[in-house]
Amino acid sequence: MSILQLSFYAFSVVLVFAATMVVTIRNPVKSALFLVLAFFSAACIWITLQAEFLAIVLVLVYVGAVMVLFLFVVMMLDIDLARLQAGFTRYLPLGSLVAVLLVIEIALVLYGSFGADKFHNPPLQGAQYSNSKALGVQLYTQYVYAFEIAAFILLVAIIAAIALTMRKRPDTKHNTPGEQVQVRRADRLRIVPMKPEKPAGSEGAES
Amino acid sequence: MIPLSHYLVLGAVLFAISVVGIFLNRKNVVILLMSIELLLLAVNLNFVAFSHFLQDISGQIFVFFILTVAAAEAAIGLAILIVLFRSRRTINVDDLDSLKG
Repeated sequence: MSILQLSFYAFSVVLVFAATMVVTIRNPVKSALFLVLAFFSAACIWITLQAEFLAIVLVLVYVGAVMVLFLFVVMMLDIDLARLQAGFTRYLPLGSLVAVLLVIEIALVLYGSFGADKFHNPPLQGAQYSNSKALGVQLYTQYVYAFEIAAFILLVAIIAAIALTMRKRPDTKHNTPGEQVQVRRADRLRIVPMKPEKPAGSEGAES
Repeated sequence: MIPLSHYLVLGAVLFAISVVGIFLNRKNVVILLMSIELLLLAVNLNFVAFSHFLQDISGQIFVFFILTVAAAEAAIGLAILIVLFRSRRTINVDDLDSLKG
């Protein structure tokens, strides 16, 4: 067994274990942490497939951003775990049955059509091959419009997330900059015409 | 060498585990969102495996876009979850029956 096969099967075992823990463990914080482990193992498996750029993106985007977001949300919410876990064992037999049937069906199809005799392993790329460069060349030429739409989707997600979660508090003493800028002198200042006054009893003291 | 079918079966096992997660945790919206992320990961694994075995980089570009959409989906989903918790003080799916659906 080569080192490639060994690492593939080791990371597969870790991935399946972590995924199982994500859906069965009771504490949502631990569940999120196991999801981090699952993404990490998946990134390692993608490296065995020579998709280095996507593996690094998976670690950066998912482990670095999305899972931190999940952890923040889980820790911010004050949830009643006992009520959420009710009915867990009731659905376990049905869920397991569906899962086993799904895996058996898919495996039957796959081993018939995509076995080792049908699909031969491609030759591994040499050390001078750059996965990021190949991906970038395709992404910025053939798929450049799709790339821009993806950027737009991210912009929409930012605006939607901020607009949804921003709340206005009526009791804060903030000021509106627009109104501040629009203020004229006549709104704030009133000049009253009047004669100059002298303090009483000071007539003789001047000369 | 590792045959293609092993990668595909791994993706299928991951997909099945996430489906079971949706069955089991049908009350907790946070775990439901995590299960959806796992589903997308299983699909992405298939894409990367086919991209490698067919020597075609387009599969990896598709994974790139799926990652983008999944990140946007997670951000908006969590924002909706926060708004939901603020107004209803719960994230139990059974309590979310205002629409009488």
